[in-house]
Amino acid sequence: MANGDSTPPLAIELSAINKSFGDVHANMDVNLKVVSGHIHGIIGENGAGKSTLVSILYGFYAADSGLISINGQTTMIRHSADAIARGIGMVHQHFMLVPNFTVLENVMLGHEGSLSVEASAQKARSALNKLSEDFGLAVDPDIIVENLPVGLQQRVEILKALFRGAEILILDEPTGVLTPQETEQLFEILHALREEGVTILLITHKLKEIMAITDDVSVMRGGKMVAHLETARTSPAELAELMVGRKVLLEVDHTQAKPGVPVMQAQNLCLTTANGIDQLKDISLTLREGEIVGVAGVSGNGQSELLDVLSGITAPTDGSFRVGTSEITAQQPSDPAQLRSLGVAHVPEDRHKCGIILPFSAAESMILGYSSGDGQNGGWWLSPSELETNCADRMQDFDIRPPLPKLASANFSGGNQQKIVLAREISTQPKLLLVGQPTRGVDIGAIEFIHKQLIALRNKGCAILLVSVELDEIMSLSDRILVMNNGQMVGELTRDEADEQRLGLMMAGIGADDVVTASQMGAKS
Amino acid sequence: MADLWLQFLLTIDATLRVGTPLILCAMAGIFSEKSGVIDISLEGKMLMSAFAAAAVAALTSSALAGLTVAIGVSVLLGLLHGLASITLRGNQVISGLAINILASGLTVTIGIAMFQQGGQTPNLARAERFRPIELPLAEQLSSLPLIGPIYREVISGHNILVWVALAAVLFTAYILTRTRFGLRLRAVGEKPEALDSAGVSVARTRYMALIIAGVLCGMAGAYLSTAHGSGFVREMTAGKGYIALAAMIFGKWQPRGALLACLLFGFLEAVASRLQGVNVPLIGEAPVDLILALPYLLTVILLAGFVGKAMPPRAIGEPYVKER
Repeated sequence: MANGDSTPPLAIELSAINKSFGDVHANMDVNLKVVSGHIHGIIGENGAGKSTLVSILYGFYAADSGLISINGQTTMIRHSADAIARGIGMVHQHFMLVPNFTVLENVMLGHEGSLSVEASAQKARSALNKLSEDFGLAVDPDIIVENLPVGLQQRVEILKALFRGAEILILDEPTGVLTPQETEQLFEILHALREEGVTILLITHKLKEIMAITDDVSVMRGGKMVAHLETARTSPAELAELMVGRKVLLEVDHTQAKPGVPVMQAQNLCLTTANGIDQLKDISLTLREGEIVGVAGVSGNGQSELLDVLSGITAPTDGSFRVGTSEITAQQPSDPAQLRSLGVAHVPEDRHKCGIILPFSAAESMILGYSSGDGQNGGWWLSPSELETNCADRMQDFDIRPPLPKLASANFSGGNQQKIVLAREISTQPKLLLVGQPTRGVDIGAIEFIHKQLIALRNKGCAILLVSVELDEIMSLSDRILVMNNGQMVGELTRDEADEQRLGLMMAGIGADDVVTASQMGAKS
Repeated sequence: MADLWLQFLLTIDATLRVGTPLILCAMAGIFSEKSGVIDISLEGKMLMSAFAAAAVAALTSSALAGLTVAIGVSVLLGLLHGLASITLRGNQVISGLAINILASGLTVTIGIAMFQQGGQTPNLARAERFRPIELPLAEQLSSLPLIGPIYREVISGHNILVWVALAAVLFTAYILTRTRFGLRLRAVGEKPEALDSAGVSVARTRYMALIIAGVLCGMAGAYLSTAHGSGFVREMTAGKGYIALAAMIFGKWQPRGALLACLLFGFLEAVASRLQGVNVPLIGEAPVDLILALPYLLTVILLAGFVGKAMPPRAIGEPYVKER
């Protein structure tokens, strides 16, 4: 740096930021210094207050108190327009793109510069071309955004920020939806931006990303900043401990599987929508007792539909699958209740939509789907006291906090909501457990617990089909890994064969054999 | 044969006259709904402004003054809808329904208080109404084959608001596709967060849309009582606001589609009134009620799947709240 060992210029300085939502104190006296031209990471668990903090910086919320300085000048940021005027751009976790607009329209929206759309479009087009060349961010400006793959949609978000003259770029959990290769490309882009002097603030809960790309890192826990570190001088273990507040086991204790007899066999399952879109194409798989089969893939490539079909929520349009002695086909579809009685339990991907009912009490959420079952779980007359006693037992077994059966499901944290669902599904002693995104929006402590539970269940002989977009999770839990792309099974890898590189290529649609050849050639050259 | 041709031309002429308030309301609906605000209050706004136009025209003997006040009243109702559904984030359907009920009651109450005629306004004299504009040479050219009668019967002889309605279609299409405001309007109905994060106020954009919708509805109301009719009669909109809403959906929220749907509905109504009491061969007396019911039946049948799926703006009906 040019000015040697004097204090480096700060792009962002936040002092004593406070923000509350009702009773929740989301940010408590938060301080942050981001050096100009650095890539600065903020890491923390879900609900640690990271998103709130950057939303304040970008003018989405106003802080209750505290000071914001941009490039050494104290400023008020009341609206996003203020932030944009100060040279701050943001790439949101959920993209802020109008899906049926073109790339060009999205880029110029709110920053048209002229009353006539045509005149604005012309200016934006040439600016876009220049940005594409300068930073290697090529996107067709006339394509409709919803037709672009997620990686490119994110690129449009970055272009949008740069088009508005951003010198400080905030990225909120940018890699959640990307393949490893797309993540790699994103990091290259971020490096290129840093070369051009752009300051980058990267929000993530993934330790690996912090280690891979940032210069400095700040750790948040429970609404407070707990540490500011230089990335080169820290380690994932130290960061994890700071995030959670106690020592965490990052690796799962995984023993050799002892697969038994097949529990479910699926043959040539197909699912075609009414508009003729193939969501599942010729899926065949066998799940055996005592093994965890992971399904990897970029979200939206048919994994959700596979879970829906195997759990009986949707009927396949062709093909069949067999559970025990029952055969389920397009002509003889099943329903979730029947499959449940056959020993198939399901932890759905979206727990808010399908897993629990937010206003219901924990005790009520604990029997969803099992309310017509044996005396313990209901029947015609529900005995509230019995439900609550049952629920309290499971809350103890699964360390669900707070252990209050009467509390509304909505008032539990994400991790504890997930534990409610898991407790409900596991305690029926299923033969097959279908699990979707078991740790999405779950804090590290609970992740550790959930992973242990899944391994324990496998060791008791249950077959588990695990769908997750977190590759680390798939790789650390699975005995076999299937990869899906565009509704098809691209291939299968054993636990030992799987590494991020191979899985990533397969997730992009390149078959297992080709991947093996490619990596061998890579090794030779 | 010549008589049948003339009958046809007269029906087309009537289609335009009956279709005018539908077109104005449908364009108003496009503005509101493209911005993400459900607007069933088209009916109430039109009814209230019909009353305002007739009352003011009766008092001032000026149709133009009536129109101005009508627009003002309609815009105020639009702002009320905005206050309830944008600022206070209430339910848009209920807010619209409340405005319709308010209009239905208020017009009659004020009407009785002002004019003591059972809720009607006094009959307006010719000078107090928008009069037909005879285009030059309409009579002279009428002997020309084909073009002459079309010019005289269909094109000439409409009042200014008919032309304004047709211009409103071009205006709507232009604003939506060619202007900065149109771009933002379409964005706010699809993904308000995107507009907010781009630094543009969601509420302001939606209020602008509701104001424009108010202006158009005000003209529709004034047309009913001071151009097409000669005074206000209680409940004179008789569901036209809802038909316009249906036409807009039928036209897939597009100005051109909505125009065609309004003309189709107008045509059916014109045919029904032409056939009143006429004996049709084979059928006997014309089933006027059935023809009058056709717009509603058509809407249900066509929307149920014959015109492809109508894609409403994605964020419609949802008050914008910044997520936590």
